[in-house]
Amino acid sequence: MSYWFRNDNRLPQGRLAVAAYIIVGMIGVLLLGFWKLQVIDADKYSSMAERNRVRYIPVIAPRGRMLDRDGRVLVDNRPAFSVLLLRDEPALVEKYLPGIADGLGIPLDDLRDQLANTKNLPKFQPIIIKPDASRADIDFIESHRSDIPVLEMIPVSRRRYLPGGFLAHAAGYVGEVSEQQIEASNGKLRPGDFAGKTGLEHQYNDLLQGTDGMRRVVVNSVGKEVERLATQEAIPGKQIQLTIDYDLQQIAEQSLGPRPGAAVALDPRTGEVLAMVSHPALDPNEFAVRISGEDWKSLNEDPQHPLLNRAIQAQLAPGSVFKIVTATAMLEDKVPPENFTTFCPGYASFYGRQFKCYIYGKGSHGVAGLHKAILESCDIFFYNVGMRLGIDRLSYYAGKFGLGHKTGIDLPAEEPGLMPSAEWAERVYHRKWYAGETISVAIGQGAVITTPLQLARMISGIAMGGVFKQPHLLKDAPNVGEERFALSEPTVEKITDAMYGVVNEDGGTARNVRLPGIEVSGKSGTAQVIGYATRERMGKQKKFEDNAWFVGYAPRRNPEIAVAVLVQESGKHGGEAAGPVVKDVIKAYYDKKNKKTQGQYTAETKSDATGKGSAAAAALAPRAALKPENSAAVMRARASAEPQR
Amino acid sequence: MKDAPGTRDYDWWLLAILATICALGVVEVYSTTHGSSLQGMHMKQVRWLVIGFVLMFALSRLDYHLILDQAPILYLIGLAALVAVLLFGRTHFGAKRWIPIPALGELVQVSELVKLIIIIVLARFFAEVRSDQLDLRDLIKAGLLVGVPLVLILKQPDLGTALVLMPMLVVGAFLAGLQWQHAAAFSLVGIMLVGAVFYPPVSRRILKPYQRERITSFLHPEEDAKGAGYQLLQSKIAVGSGGFWGKGFRNGSQNQLGYIPVRYSDFIMSAWAEEQGFKGVLLALGLYMALLLRLVQNAQRAKDRAGMFLVMGVAAALGFHVLVNVAMVIGAMPVTGIPLPLMSYGGSATLFVFLAIGLVMNVRLRRFVN
Repeated sequence: MSYWFRNDNRLPQGRLAVAAYIIVGMIGVLLLGFWKLQVIDADKYSSMAERNRVRYIPVIAPRGRMLDRDGRVLVDNRPAFSVLLLRDEPALVEKYLPGIADGLGIPLDDLRDQLANTKNLPKFQPIIIKPDASRADIDFIESHRSDIPVLEMIPVSRRRYLPGGFLAHAAGYVGEVSEQQIEASNGKLRPGDFAGKTGLEHQYNDLLQGTDGMRRVVVNSVGKEVERLATQEAIPGKQIQLTIDYDLQQIAEQSLGPRPGAAVALDPRTGEVLAMVSHPALDPNEFAVRISGEDWKSLNEDPQHPLLNRAIQAQLAPGSVFKIVTATAMLEDKVPPENFTTFCPGYASFYGRQFKCYIYGKGSHGVAGLHKAILESCDIFFYNVGMRLGIDRLSYYAGKFGLGHKTGIDLPAEEPGLMPSAEWAERVYHRKWYAGETISVAIGQGAVITTPLQLARMISGIAMGGVFKQPHLLKDAPNVGEERFALSEPTVEKITDAMYGVVNEDGGTARNVRLPGIEVSGKSGTAQVIGYATRERMGKQKKFEDNAWFVGYAPRRNPEIAVAVLVQESGKHGGEAAGPVVKDVIKAYYDKKNKKTQGQYTAETKSDATGKGSAAAAALAPRAALKPENSAAVMRARASAEPQR
Repeated sequence: MKDAPGTRDYDWWLLAILATICALGVVEVYSTTHGSSLQGMHMKQVRWLVIGFVLMFALSRLDYHLILDQAPILYLIGLAALVAVLLFGRTHFGAKRWIPIPALGELVQVSELVKLIIIIVLARFFAEVRSDQLDLRDLIKAGLLVGVPLVLILKQPDLGTALVLMPMLVVGAFLAGLQWQHAAAFSLVGIMLVGAVFYPPVSRRILKPYQRERITSFLHPEEDAKGAGYQLLQSKIAVGSGGFWGKGFRNGSQNQLGYIPVRYSDFIMSAWAEEQGFKGVLLALGLYMALLLRLVQNAQRAKDRAGMFLVMGVAAALGFHVLVNVAMVIGAMPVTGIPLPLMSYGGSATLFVFLAIGLVMNVRLRRFVN
């Protein structure tokens, strides 16, 4: 074979030279491109490389625990995982958002809202999109580590409350911070952070909440941590000790039972709150992390108002408990004189209107002086006293005893109640005070409303001779407030005698509250929700049933414990419905006190003491209740493993 | 035919440049894969290089005229192989590019061999053009010669390899005496084609979704954060953060933490630029320039026109590879999947380069022989 091209040696040297120049030009242009990136823009790309490499992961500080007065754990933490969304690359976030919403079961709009709310935060700060990841969430994140690079998980500690709503209202609960809280925190709180929402969690949030730390880590392209650069340790929140006595709290919870109402136990000498119960209660463990808007709405609209802390927020007519105010005013002002008596036929007329005694239709109280009128709670007597005292004196004394004012307890959202007066009628309704209103107010009906805590404080203070200690829940609280309103000794003697009689003398309305060897005293109240006339018109309905009150204390003078109990819509007499709760709590108090003095009671039971007598078993109960699925020993081990700061 | 070239006739300069580039490649493949699941890849690359050198020397012994004689048969074999790939090929990364060759124990990419065949076929075709000016009929013929395999390769789909055929045609036609009117006319058509590719209503009809995505991500990298746009961005970050002096061997965070996509292959220049900096880039691109200029010099000294076309076909292919790959690494071109010759890890691509250089050696060895 011989093709002609073998001998064709015409070479286009000119065009080959052009090719050489093109090659040089091409390499030159490429080098210029590198020069631009590597020399001119080197700083910009260096910082971008650094941003790629380094990730900021928050280290969440555990919240401080809450202990009872004997050091038993009331609120502590459990380990959990939070899901973080890394926002360094907005385009990436945008791309993966629908997948994340789907995988974690969060509505896409919620995620977008959260992103919009955090626009102003530095980009390197991740945001928490799911505070308490479920097993499925963790699996989802683990299996998508490489293809969804904007998710991260961090270990956190979440709140664990005692089950069944134990102490729920006083302890409160934590939740994700609201925008108002963020603004009020001066930059300390960020979206997705947790803070106390109600109760003590809210009140002592600054103490309980630690300071989050930050970890700078090197991550590879699939988000795996390969090196730790620096760690700013989290500062755990402080533990707080409460005045609550677990044993009394438990008795109060049980004794009140499922009935709507409240119970507050105070130490009148110090103002320490020994127990605070409000029913119905919710288990905050069930919504301590994130509650959906719908659930929240249904909770708020629940006719039983489970979110209401009735101990400080239920404002109801005190009924006959108020007669203590009327009686004290009468004795102090000697209007009418102390030997004043009335005859009770079951009703009386004032200012052309008929007022009934509760005994109307069932008999008569006959002739009654102050002592008997308090014992038997005769309305007719106090109508007459009220009419003679007038509203100004009544509201003056009631005000001095704290009615119509907040007690100042260390809980948020306490209600002040209301003590009406002529000035109040003028200010609120722009009308004159009707003398007939005084008649109702004198027996704790009409416009007067109080909270259980106010009544506990009031009776405590009167029994203390006019020393009103500020109720509080924080043990060893500094600056406990105190109001002194000196009552004359004969007055205090007569009032406390009468209250002792209510429980211990024949004819007393609360003889069922009696405890052998203990000077239980107190006053019952059966408050109408609506007037007799209205009730007849509306027919018999549960929600119009009487509210039962009993405020008891012991001993008769200078008491160690005072307990106010409200049972709503019981339809029963105060001493009958609320009295037994008071009795149970006071009994529990003395039982424990006696055991302590005999050296039988130890709250911090050692494990070798278990089974040695009922005292040890009783002390063990809170631990078991705290973590029902595990043994008390496990709980103890956990508790001791945590740093106590 | 007497054919007894001596060892002194080999282009030792060319071999030295070649070996140096390969060494840089092996070093960087090591740096990108050590300690990962791909550990030891640099040794595999060395194996490919050894095979490549052997094949190069073998091919250089066989007189290129004999190869050119067989051009029509090679062309048919090439077309048949492309059709076979489309029919029986193994799908890999979403494209049918591979047929299993048991002897090598690896998958060899048919389109790499086709590139080599097209170089030979075009050299033969243009060598047969007798005039100093390329007339339109011959130009169209050459275009069809390239067009058929190009369409078959696009079917795989393998846009990158298909694109490489174009500079072979353009450089061949230019050296065969392309007239400026034709050049102007075809440039216009070319520009319109490129315009069409970038114009969504048209590109929607002619491009595969992944190809369109690459073009979109090139034009708007921010819209495609984790896809091709992300790759280009990460590559630019790697290059730029390397600075003038580089972060040092095995010390580039973009490389070591895996932010650079396929960093041992298509984006190896990105890893090199990050760790060795602008000075390293200067060295690497300098070597490539020397390699290409050395090829041109060999073309200038070829014994005949056919040899010149062979060498320049190789130069066109390699030059285009370098241009498109490096431009992609610095974010100046979309991701096309074209590796960097001799540095990127890869069996087929490496073998292609060595076989192509073998052709060049072949021409050089016979420059004085009649």
